Amino acid sequence: MNDMTIPNPDQATRVPPPAPLGMLAELTHRCPLSCPYCSNPVELDKRSGELDTETWKRVFSEAAAMGVLHLHLSGGEPTARKDIVELTAHAVKVGLYTNLITSGIGVAREKLEELADAGLDHVQLSIQDALPDNADKIAGLKGAHEKKRVFAGWVLELGLPLTINAVIHRGNIENIEALVSMALEFGARRVEIAHSQYYGWALENRDMLMPTREQVMRAAATVDRLREELEGKLVIDAVVPDYYARRPKPCVGGWGKQSLNVTPQGKVLPCHAAETIEHLQFDYVTEKSLSEIWAHGSAFEAYRGTSWMKEPCTSCPRKEIDFGGCRCQALAITGDPRNADPACSLSPFHAKITSLAMKSAAKEGTDYIYRRFGARPGAARVEITRNNAPV
Amino acid sequence: MTDVASTATPKLPRGVRLRRDEVRDEWLLLAPERVLKPDAIAVKVLELCDGVRTVEGIVDELAAAYAAPREQIETDVKKMLEDLANKRVLDLA
Repeated sequence: MNDMTIPNPDQATRVPPPAPLGMLAELTHRCPLSCPYCSNPVELDKRSGELDTETWKRVFSEAAAMGVLHLHLSGGEPTARKDIVELTAHAVKVGLYTNLITSGIGVAREKLEELADAGLDHVQLSIQDALPDNADKIAGLKGAHEKKRVFAGWVLELGLPLTINAVIHRGNIENIEALVSMALEFGARRVEIAHSQYYGWALENRDMLMPTREQVMRAAATVDRLREELEGKLVIDAVVPDYYARRPKPCVGGWGKQSLNVTPQGKVLPCHAAETIEHLQFDYVTEKSLSEIWAHGSAFEAYRGTSWMKEPCTSCPRKEIDFGGCRCQALAITGDPRNADPACSLSPFHAKITSLAMKSAAKEGTDYIYRRFGARPGAARVEITRNNAPV
Repeated sequence: MTDVASTATPKLPRGVRLRRDEVRDEWLLLAPERVLKPDAIAVKVLELCDGVRTVEGIVDELAAAYAAPREQIETDVKKMLEDLANKRVLDLA
């Protein structure tokens, strides 16, 4: 009868999960830019399949009721949705903190003013580089950088707080200090120096994006110095490049623990790249309530907590700190999503990820494969616009 | 580093919200990509940060409400405001 007192780990994981803090609403995959590091999946959702206004509003109401605090209105370019003001107003009404994640392209000043009037809390604007020509090359759109500068001016005029997000890779890693200066010049209160993560489209471009280890070390030192110099003026948040790491990142703060994503078609994901784990079954907001999906959806339960883990994670004292890192990266590099993220030096695949990084970094050039609707990697590569074509 | 003057009139800028979270039954300070959890006294201080009251005035009000030496309240309040200003979640102007 002794074993009756031993807690069953399966039952322990049945305790309802705490409410998520944040939700990423990918309102559309349409986007005027075609950045080579795009984190969206290789297969984009078509406009015709996007959720309608009423469904998004219901999802926002459900999110607020279950305890979501921050709502990230994202995409693609979220302002490509004609109902963006109505959606934002509704999110504000139900008490969500609304963050618009935008390219700043194709957004009229009047539209931004309507969003400000609707109660939008914050704007996050992407910048591709401090050098306008290179920024336009990375974005795959001539004139994009100048439009972003103008847009940033409107954000300030309207009294909205601004964060600049810069995805860092080989093509701009030497310009981090200039990027931070530009963020200050644009009037940002916060800047994200986010090293490219290699999922989705970015994985297709890894050979064109990966910096060297020396570049990454220098970049980290620059960020540390600037953070100290600019304390009280500008908050600098950094996302580390994990191919050169020793310990994995606690991906999305733990699977099914802090955040969730809703795709343009209403599929609910534990993380941006979760669809790359092909055996997972995802639920749709059109079929079930958001709270039911969060609490009981099989994709959320698959890697929530620690009971799914294998060694070296199972006996690791850090298993509640980094949750074994990223499931998608474990799958992509090791072939098994239950393995430790190979970014961890304890993973038997760690040498492999380091060697992949060094091989990619040793490649010359930035001959990006640009993201376009309908563009596919692999066989259809010939249809894809390259950067030697006019942009 | 930010020095907190007694004549400063602190306020929460747009993009930073103090709100009661009914689901978790606690007060939260919401900022871009940040959730801060102020304790009961911090909430009291933040509620007085309306852009009109001076730091001096806020300290006076708290000294009248709490049985602690004014000097200690002043030190604690300035420390808290400085910390929040450094995180860019509070404007001191």
